[in-house]
Amino acid sequence: MGLPLMMERSSNNNNNKVELSRVAVSDTHGEDSPYFAGWKAYDENPYDETHNPSGVIQMGLAENQVSFDLLESYSEKKNPEGSLWGSKGSRGFRENALFQDYHGLKTFRQAMASFMEKIRGGKASFDPDRIVLTAGATAANELLTFILADPNDALLIPTPYYPGFDRDLRWRTGVRIVPIHCDSSNHFQITPEALETAYETARDANIRVRGVLITNPSNPLGATVQKKVLEDLLDFCVRKNIHLISDEIYSGSVFHESEFTSVAEIVENIDDVSVKERVHIVYSLSKDLGLPGFRVGTIYSYNDNVVRTARRMSSFTLVSSQTQHMLASMLSDEEFTEKYIRLNRERLRRRYETIVEGLKKEGIECLKGNAGLFCWMNLGFLLNTKTKEGELELWDVILKELKLNISPGSSCHCSEFGWFRVCFANMSEKTLEIALKRIHEFMDRRRRF
Amino acid sequence: MKQLSTKVTSNGHGQDSSYFLGWEEYEKNPYDEMENPNGMIQMGLAENQLCFDLIESWLAKNQDAASLKRKGQSIFRELALFQDYHGMPEFKKAMAEFMEEIRGNRVTFDPKKIVLAAGSTSANETLMFCLAEPGDAFLLPTPYYPGFDRDLKWRTGAEIVPIHCSSSNGFQITESALQQAYQQAHKLDLKVKGVLVTNPSNPLGTALTRRELNLLVDFITSKNIHLISDEIYSGTMFGFEQFISVMDVLQDKKLENTEVSKRVHIVYSLSKDLGLPGFRVGAIYSNNEMVVSAATKMSSFGLVSSQTQYLLSALLSDKKFTSQYLEENQKRLRSRQKRLVSGLESSGITSLRSNAGLFCWIDMRHLLDTNTFEAELDLWKKIVYNVKLNISPGSSCHCTEPGWFRVCFANMSEDTLDLALKRLKTFVESTDCGRMISRKSHERLKSLRKKTVSNWVFRVSWSDRVPDER
Repeated sequence: MGLPLMMERSSNNNNNKVELSRVAVSDTHGEDSPYFAGWKAYDENPYDETHNPSGVIQMGLAENQVSFDLLESYSEKKNPEGSLWGSKGSRGFRENALFQDYHGLKTFRQAMASFMEKIRGGKASFDPDRIVLTAGATAANELLTFILADPNDALLIPTPYYPGFDRDLRWRTGVRIVPIHCDSSNHFQITPEALETAYETARDANIRVRGVLITNPSNPLGATVQKKVLEDLLDFCVRKNIHLISDEIYSGSVFHESEFTSVAEIVENIDDVSVKERVHIVYSLSKDLGLPGFRVGTIYSYNDNVVRTARRMSSFTLVSSQTQHMLASMLSDEEFTEKYIRLNRERLRRRYETIVEGLKKEGIECLKGNAGLFCWMNLGFLLNTKTKEGELELWDVILKELKLNISPGSSCHCSEFGWFRVCFANMSEKTLEIALKRIHEFMDRRRRF
Repeated sequence: MKQLSTKVTSNGHGQDSSYFLGWEEYEKNPYDEMENPNGMIQMGLAENQLCFDLIESWLAKNQDAASLKRKGQSIFRELALFQDYHGMPEFKKAMAEFMEEIRGNRVTFDPKKIVLAAGSTSANETLMFCLAEPGDAFLLPTPYYPGFDRDLKWRTGAEIVPIHCSSSNGFQITESALQQAYQQAHKLDLKVKGVLVTNPSNPLGTALTRRELNLLVDFITSKNIHLISDEIYSGTMFGFEQFISVMDVLQDKKLENTEVSKRVHIVYSLSKDLGLPGFRVGAIYSNNEMVVSAATKMSSFGLVSSQTQYLLSALLSDKKFTSQYLEENQKRLRSRQKRLVSGLESSGITSLRSNAGLFCWIDMRHLLDTNTFEAELDLWKKIVYNVKLNISPGSSCHCTEPGWFRVCFANMSEDTLDLALKRLKTFVESTDCGRMISRKSHERLKSLRKKTVSNWVFRVSWSDRVPDER
């Protein structure tokens, strides 16, 4: 018979230690998942070409390192003196240092709007006054959730999805995620049936659905959402009278621009305000430009009330004025942005082809992808059992034996087991080759036994 | 009708308060020496513009820091990729040392206990998320910074219950006021999770006395609750007394590494001391591992730009710069405050004797038609629309006595300040009360000065002239 531990009584007979909030002690921050455990293994034994060639290669981090040279040479050319406030003299520095207006620097918003238009090949227009700046897409997604939903409401999200959403959308907001199950039978696309099922599931549990959130192009699938699917989604949201959030953080990483349809294009041709007003786009410079450290995210909303409220809320997560200033001139430089977007797409495509072909040689298939910084690899045939445990077993083997950190599909809430997300843009070409070599050796050993 | 959350429809954003309305009016007609000399002078914005020249000359001599270079080599890639929510170690070290320097190196700060945030707005909200939830309350002494209503309550769902302070003792916090606030919270069915103070105080411009700090620490000990000390103005202390931080008091009471010390948290920022609000640099300092751990993860929602961390770690690591800056900053603030105070006195307006901050808490009770907040708002409107000065009415700071206003002095040139004082004097002399004052100005000022002196004496008698007094 176990007795509960007696709590130490404090001097005023209050036998409870003052607690932190429920939010603080919950594990909704999600950091106990394998997604983060792999990172730990990498941190403890990181691969380095010269100093640690047998270390863990990080293939679980969706960073874009393939186009830094373009950014660096631009910086050098345009700012050779290094004086970032040079043109305006000393007034430039102090004005910038004082600028904390939550509307954000107008020149920077204009630059962002024009950059977002370029990425979409001019097929949609963006009004700089509808752009709200936040410190990264992490903040933008949380902020939108605070605005569109109340505690215990739900957002519907297609699986598999970015593991960070469990924290970003739920932790402090108290909002739930109800999955829209997608599977490989149709390349993991969202179907009207899956949408209805998710909606009914929420309704049966007495949970009020406030919106659908998609990532387009998708993380972790590395594929764009088809135009027809977007149209169906918008119809669904109109019928159910809910919001549609499209996280387009990887929009600039689509290999062929023509294959990407932004929800902005669809809305562009709609006059009905009651339809437009439920659409919100999230963007960031962390993936397309490879600048996650600078914390630049944005919410673009067709809803005036959302824009106004998001702006006020952005006080909690403003972008450094120093950073806004630096990036404003770079993103307004048409010549530079055109060249960057074009070369970035090409280089990512080549990386994708390298890894997918390398895997194919080993009999490993990937989902047909056309965007992003990763591929969605199918190792179902290697599982001992087609279960979550089986998948994690294999993941562990890949981490410990091959010293590759990749992300198991279950951490992305995939309902089919055996899928893994493998990043390819956060390393040199040589490192990618080494990773493929290790996979080749592993598969070779398996074939022999 | 698809709706938005209740956070949108509530007034939690606080933007209907006069504090923000005054800003709006300023935006419509801003003063400019050349372009708009009759425009509105902004005296409602607590910015520090007095020492930019010092930072600018440092930047000119240290070009690498702002151009993403280290020893002439580009570190663009390194900075662009750095998004670790633990923050840049060199930067946290430099912050810790800067905070120590501000406190005369009497206390030490461990960089590992610092959590960075995008400004103290973000830091305060994050701390609230960690310590409180709907149904909980924090006690705040009035008058307090209007932004707290939004920062502490809007998205967290926590409540604020005021600790009423009055002019009878220079708005100091008393034991009975604390107890009353605590009881009031219970009456409202709220669970008190802690006390939050701003030290030095906004809007009072005064540092908490040792007596008050001791009182606070004793109070949170007996009630088993938290204490948040927002020390954002700690580097603006220009009085001849030393700034006493809550950390000093914990040390003096030998409470370091005790359970109580785990319930004391400090908020800091570079927006006021260094005048860099645009760069969004705030910090939480806590001895509580769980708070540090949770707050660190939460900082993902408001990280400091790596570019900015890099620049400021170089700036703050330059000890020659920081000591020169802190000294010069204090000097200039002191001289500005003096200029404002004597200008006000010549209009027959006294202010709470201040020793810190970027503003003065001025007494215009004698100019009210009636001792009501309606009269205060009337007076405020006259000053905003007729005198064209944007100052902050005490009611927007939840002051319980009508007639007090916060007037900023560090966000403009000397000439602009003089002009503002001239406009105010003209206005005051045009009122009945003002005319009365200028007729009896000599006797009135003498008696006002006496009042001022007795406030000062009251404060000094409780200060650390008797350091071992408990």
